[in-house]
Amino acid sequence: MRLVKQGRVVEDRFVRWLDDAPVPEGVAVIVPHARLFAEPDLLRRSAPTGVIWPNDRKVAELAPYVDRLALVALVFPVFKDGRAFSQARILREQYGFAGELRATGQVLRDQFVFMLRAGFNAFEVTKDADAAAFAETTRRYSIFYQPTGDGRRTAASARRGRVPAAPAGREPALQDT
Amino acid sequence: MYVYDEFDWAFLEQRVAEFRDQVRRRLAGELTEDEFKLLRLLNGVYLQLHAYMLRIGIPYGTLSSEQLRALAHVARTYDRGYGHFTTRQNIQFHWIKLEQLPDAMGYLAQHRLHGIQTSGNSIRNVTTDQWAGVTPEEIEDPRIWAELIRQHTTLHPEFSFLPRKFKIAITASAHDRAAIKIHDISLRLYRNAEGEAGFEVGVGGGLGRIPYLAQTIKPFLPRRDLLSYIEAILRVYNQYGRRDNIHKARIKILVHQIGVEKFAEEVEAEWQTIRDGPLALEPSVVAEIATRFRYPAYETLVDNPDALTSARLTDRAFATWFNACVNRHKVRGYAIVTLSLKPEGGTPGDATAEQMDAIADLADRYSCGEIRVGHEQNLVLPNVRQRDLVELWRALDAIGVALPNINLASDIIACPGLDYCSLANARSIPVAQELTRRFRDLDVARNLGRLHINISGCINACGHHHVGHIGILGVEKNGEEFYQVTIGGRADEKAELGALIGPAVPYADVANVVEDIAAAYLELRERSDELFIDTVKRLGVEPFRERVYATRQAG
Repeated sequence: MRLVKQGRVVEDRFVRWLDDAPVPEGVAVIVPHARLFAEPDLLRRSAPTGVIWPNDRKVAELAPYVDRLALVALVFPVFKDGRAFSQARILREQYGFAGELRATGQVLRDQFVFMLRAGFNAFEVTKDADAAAFAETTRRYSIFYQPTGDGRRTAASARRGRVPAAPAGREPALQDT
Repeated sequence: MYVYDEFDWAFLEQRVAEFRDQVRRRLAGELTEDEFKLLRLLNGVYLQLHAYMLRIGIPYGTLSSEQLRALAHVARTYDRGYGHFTTRQNIQFHWIKLEQLPDAMGYLAQHRLHGIQTSGNSIRNVTTDQWAGVTPEEIEDPRIWAELIRQHTTLHPEFSFLPRKFKIAITASAHDRAAIKIHDISLRLYRNAEGEAGFEVGVGGGLGRIPYLAQTIKPFLPRRDLLSYIEAILRVYNQYGRRDNIHKARIKILVHQIGVEKFAEEVEAEWQTIRDGPLALEPSVVAEIATRFRYPAYETLVDNPDALTSARLTDRAFATWFNACVNRHKVRGYAIVTLSLKPEGGTPGDATAEQMDAIADLADRYSCGEIRVGHEQNLVLPNVRQRDLVELWRALDAIGVALPNINLASDIIACPGLDYCSLANARSIPVAQELTRRFRDLDVARNLGRLHINISGCINACGHHHVGHIGILGVEKNGEEFYQVTIGGRADEKAELGALIGPAVPYADVANVVEDIAAAYLELRERSDELFIDTVKRLGVEPFRERVYATRQAG
């Protein structure tokens, strides 16, 4: 597993703190959701605190914490379980979560573009080769048909207001935004 | 026809490049078959009994002659010289080699054809009335809305890994030719009492193991809200649809488990948060898509030209075909012509490469270059000058697609069944073939009137057996093929699920059972114009059950 942020493999500054042991001061940790609910004061520590959020709970429960949470780790237990895509968009677009949104679980290169578009900005990539191919993979598409909170320009917005096209030939692709 | 612009072209090229890389990684062992499976399914590639199968979507059932020739080319070059039109406006090639798939897809992409989201747990090809844009019945062309949905749902980042497949169908006519009620989302475009056009939105239709018809959750949705409302439905489903059991993962199960009212409330709550956001359809966005649908430059003609009238009066064979296969067009002097892909002894929905090429040529000559595909697995030439009908009929007859059996007993809908499909329990095609022989006499078939027979080789119900007037479902009993028979189903605006007439019957007896049902109907109908489906509605299953099992073991 490799952590990818901003297109590059990076060291993970967060430690997963999964048992009941006291959370050490000054260390960035990711705790289970139950721990966060039991000890909301964790968010008042000097070091950043994140939460692992299961994919079968409403992210609305995180609403009171979004301003102080440094990280939310959403889970793809298997590649084909896409619930966390909705959770990511709701967190970003409805609750305005601005921290690190991390994809965990089975994370393969073929989901990267979807994940970026849904609002993820950190990726615990299952295979090393996929992590290395992150930048290349995410440059693959320049055309997006639907608006999400990621701000990428869509085909519909690019078409808006233009003079109706003549029957199209093959023209150069829209540059990425 | 929808004309691609530079965005659509660029997108498709990028998709083909991605798939080429995925196949390369699979062949190099970088992807396991499990990982590759999800990726290939999102491109319409199944692994079947004998080979890979490639399913190509035909958005809203509209093909240009150039596209049909491209399909013929793929059939000839990469397959065994034929293709199979399905019940959801797709075409399937059953003998493709994995190594050749990227080339086949690249070739198809040059002709605006692809397999994106024709399988997998994704939003499938949006289907509609095969007469869209040409029938006088519709209030506007539903394909513009289908295209808006198609674009919005193409590689949707949130909804490409749903609990299960997701199908949307749309009609803009009072008479539903798109079978919308058996879809996950059904959309009926109509005018309300104030004269405003909008959608009646239904949800939770679907066949398979536990069949349901869609239930209305929004009686009138303004057109501007179409995408945001669909997004809200999908978001509720993506989060709460079951993922623990593949047989309970369709949206219909969620709707029934939490109740349609509760489901509608969830959707409403979600929708209120997004309806005025970027998904609200500005008129300019809709207009832009609409401008890229190109319509033929129709000539000024008259209805019922003399040549047509005299041919109908003097040529019985032509008159028979005309009555079965020709329908009214919205433009004076034109007609909609249905081509039967249901020849005696044939596989329903199959067309050879030669037939596809010939039909493409005929479309250029007689139908403004356009062909349609309907869920009944027949083709349509939608823009035929009435004065050309006689000539066209001869040409269609020469290539074997002028059989006047549309809507009759031999116009059978069937899935590929155990001859191809790894999911099937029993064969569908030989049952269909045998029935086309039993009902070969068109006088007999016409006396039976409108009679839709649907055959599925397993409970997944690709042959839509639950909504056949007579439905046949293949099951397996102790290693042998048996068939359950239902009657009284229908897929149109009065959609109903058929009722089982009794215990399953063995392969060798299923055609006899259908003949017995037909014979019972002839005795039971009140008048010669009471349709089979109406007789069943009036009398129920019982008299048919008695007739069928009087001479068979009931158990």
